[in-house]
Amino acid sequence: MVEPLVLKDHTSESRIYFERASLGFGLLILLTLLLVARFFYLQIVQHSVYATLSDRNRIQVQSLPPNRGLIYDRNGELIADNIPSHNLTITIERVADLEATLARIDELVGLSDAQIEGFHKRLRRRQRPFESVPVLFKLSQEEMARVSVDLYAMAGVEIEAKLVRHYPKGELMAHAVGSVRRINEKDVRRLDRVAYSGTDHVGKIGIERFYESDLLGTVGYRRVETNARGKVMKVLDSTLPVSGKDLVLYVDSSLQRVASDALGERRGAIVAIDPSTGGILAMVSKPGYDPNLFVTGIDFDTYAKLRDSIDVPLFNRAIQGQYEPGSTIKPLLGLTGLVTGVIDPEFTIEDPGWFQLPNDERLYRDWNWTKSGLGGHGVVNLQKAIYRSCNVYFYNLAVKLGIDRIHEYFEMFGFGRNTALDLPEARSGLLPSKAWKREARGFPWYPGDTVNIGIGQGDMLVTPLQLATAITVIANRGKWVAPRMLKEGSDLMYESGVVVPQDINLVPEHVWELIISSMQMVVHRGNQGFGENGTAWAYIGRDISYSMAGKSGTAQVVEIKQGEEYDEDKLDDRLRKHAWFVAFAPVDKPRIALAVLIENGGGGSKFAAPVARQVLDHYLLHGEQQLAESE
Amino acid sequence: MSQDFVRRLPDSGYLLQRKAGLGDKVHLDFPLMFVMLCISGYGLLILFSAVDQQPGPVIAQAVKLGIATIVMIIMAQISPIFYLRIAPWLFVLGVILLGLTYLFGFEVNGSKRWLRIPGLVSFQPSEIMKLVVPMILAWYFHDRHLPPRAKHILWAIVMISIPVLMIAAQPDLGTALIIGTSGLLVLLLAGIPWRFVLGALVTGLVSAPALWFVLRDYQQQRILTLLNPERDPLGAGWNIIQSKTAIGSGGLSGKGLFQGTQSHLDFLPESQTDFIIAVLAEELGLIGVVILLIMYILLMGRGVIISLQAQDTFGRLLSGTITFTFFAYVFVNIGMVSGLLPVVGVPLPMVSYGGTSVLTLFAGFGMIMSIHTHRKIIL
Repeated sequence: MVEPLVLKDHTSESRIYFERASLGFGLLILLTLLLVARFFYLQIVQHSVYATLSDRNRIQVQSLPPNRGLIYDRNGELIADNIPSHNLTITIERVADLEATLARIDELVGLSDAQIEGFHKRLRRRQRPFESVPVLFKLSQEEMARVSVDLYAMAGVEIEAKLVRHYPKGELMAHAVGSVRRINEKDVRRLDRVAYSGTDHVGKIGIERFYESDLLGTVGYRRVETNARGKVMKVLDSTLPVSGKDLVLYVDSSLQRVASDALGERRGAIVAIDPSTGGILAMVSKPGYDPNLFVTGIDFDTYAKLRDSIDVPLFNRAIQGQYEPGSTIKPLLGLTGLVTGVIDPEFTIEDPGWFQLPNDERLYRDWNWTKSGLGGHGVVNLQKAIYRSCNVYFYNLAVKLGIDRIHEYFEMFGFGRNTALDLPEARSGLLPSKAWKREARGFPWYPGDTVNIGIGQGDMLVTPLQLATAITVIANRGKWVAPRMLKEGSDLMYESGVVVPQDINLVPEHVWELIISSMQMVVHRGNQGFGENGTAWAYIGRDISYSMAGKSGTAQVVEIKQGEEYDEDKLDDRLRKHAWFVAFAPVDKPRIALAVLIENGGGGSKFAAPVARQVLDHYLLHGEQQLAESE
Repeated sequence: MSQDFVRRLPDSGYLLQRKAGLGDKVHLDFPLMFVMLCISGYGLLILFSAVDQQPGPVIAQAVKLGIATIVMIIMAQISPIFYLRIAPWLFVLGVILLGLTYLFGFEVNGSKRWLRIPGLVSFQPSEIMKLVVPMILAWYFHDRHLPPRAKHILWAIVMISIPVLMIAAQPDLGTALIIGTSGLLVLLLAGIPWRFVLGALVTGLVSAPALWFVLRDYQQQRILTLLNPERDPLGAGWNIIQSKTAIGSGGLSGKGLFQGTQSHLDFLPESQTDFIIAVLAEELGLIGVVILLIMYILLMGRGVIISLQAQDTFGRLLSGTITFTFFAYVFVNIGMVSGLLPVVGVPLPMVSYGGTSVLTLFAGFGMIMSIHTHRKIIL
């Protein structure tokens, strides 16, 4: 149809176009022939291969789930294991009459409406034809026996063995490792379809969640040929799954056990850190729960009981509980005073048992204040203020410092943020500032707010992990090691984006030693007469064989009215004070730093300090004892 | 313009002898329409099978084809001079719309492609660009000396790159590649010297390894899957394995209409949209596929002839580019389904279920018809 005329008589432009268009059309024909050749190859040359694949046999791709990585404690004890569990599954394509099959299963082993509903839910989520869907999980030996007898008569029904997560230490490690849960509707949308094909569980909290991508492993698959009834006739090829990485944590199971037992039935938390690495040696939150309950699906009543319990056992107090730090922050405040030059070690006050701001009626009381006016600590310098935990000294100091400087220095110790590398669930507490108060409360900062901060009351909130971390930094004389659970097995923690605070270099050596020696006196200063001993000496210092630096703290739960005394017996259990004790040991070469919190436990020195002592004793002396015994 | 006119003069000697036929009067090209009708009908039949013989989707698709035909007829009535005049404005508008999409578009499956005009419609501005990019380049070269000089080629590449990069950022790599291709086609048809083409090819080959690292993870996966579908038989490889099985098992004459097991047992994914040719290949075999390809060739042949008969640079380049871009769709889709090319979301023109691509294609053919039937004719 192209006129020769067009060719003959043309400007260069349309000649070029003609050349190009013809060339293009020629190429177009060539490429089309390439497509025809491709289809010829597939449809004629390879026809019998594909016809076999498609028609006579069903080729199935079966996923082979990887084994989840194991988790060990620092001594190689298993914390998270995989054990076989038997599930009853149905492959819907092979079932002639689903109703009848389900009825038969019900007759054999019992099947509740909820279980049937769950089965239909999972059936809808199925990704490929000929994928088996579980009806019942974790069959007992007896159930397996009963079903097995009838299996031949129920096409499409099978017993499948799968490895599932098991936590051999049960409740002990629940809050330290977290747990996996069965994948639910919400997870399906979030998770990679391929990576999780064949995997029923996903790490939901704690270490199991944070290191999920390393623990999971890589899915394998095999291509199998089946007959028309779906029975596997031949495995064509397979790629084996790659197991997830095994992880080793810093946690010491025996220390964890001692810490847990030391708390006993009391509600509370303990976090112990190795100051040289930041590794978390123990993380206890009581009460706990058995993580194994969640693995294969927890029944609703048990879950509701855990969820609604007034003791909130599912709540990880060690990293999520936010409490007033009480007097535990006094050493830090003293350090801030010395470094900023607001006070020197010789600075003293006269403590009448109470403190007042100028032009303010309100009395800020010392802890030994009485209505009769006999309280107070007399003449107090910084050292005494720490080992006697003198409130009035720190009221004065806090007011002299002002909130801005307090905020600046406390921030260096990790308050108000989460510094843990692999615990994204940890809360950041609250480090108040002027800006924060204007924003959150809509009020300006009042001098009275600063007074309260002086003894760790008021708006400031910390988690046990944060206090343990701050004590670790003190033990290290300002060198920062970010807290972490993982010892080896993964690099994910370095990708978590947590910024490790800078080492605190501006504190001179003698200031560290003054503060630390004052903390040492809290435990070791004894036999000095009434009102002169360290606050914790009577409870833990009399027979101690190593050097310990510590500080007690007691956090008010309810405000005591002006003019009234705190009377334990009058208060409801849940309104009693929280007991704190922070410590590290040995003083010269610290090997362990910790924070102990006992909810509504009463006085820190009396109740929390002995718990701390037991944990430290075990860590520092147990090895020696064993050594001595073996000799 | 005047130079252009002079250069066109020899041509008009032939054209003066032309008489206006019925097609010219109603501004339609009947051969083109006939082939389009055949392909659409064939497509509806395959779709009917792909949707398990439910009439609903087929009627819906027929309605979409009808609407697209009306749009085509309307666009054929408008003079190419009008398209020439509005081309730059359309381009500016299109870029603004892409910008708005980037800012306010809503996300579907992790990419921002859609723009919603509140109370009215939602649409993909990138779809408009499929026609506007060839238009702006044809407009640009219309007044210029051809073959283009380096400076003009550079400007043309800038004009292609702006929308292409904006669409790639959505991200919609498939569409960006198609539009980029259509822009480069204009350059090729305008007579860009071969040494430039060769230079670009060499640069492309050399920089290909670097480009690999620019690709997103899933895009790398697709290419690796193409090279070896067996490496990921549960994920992306599944589609390719199943579509190849469907095609291969069809054989010479197929399993018979509505008899395909691959598609009807749900082994074949996307069987109504991107992978529909596998349904055709399974049920009607190689013969059915070749029939479709022949119809496509006829359609594109007619398009090329029209472009050769066009009277000015704008019409020539625009009609030629639309035709060759059409082939790019055909080749990319069929190549992908048969395992020659990586999996990119490109529908099979006039056969795959869906209205957007049909509308763009028919609008393009409307412009081709306009170019062909508005030639200067003296009775």
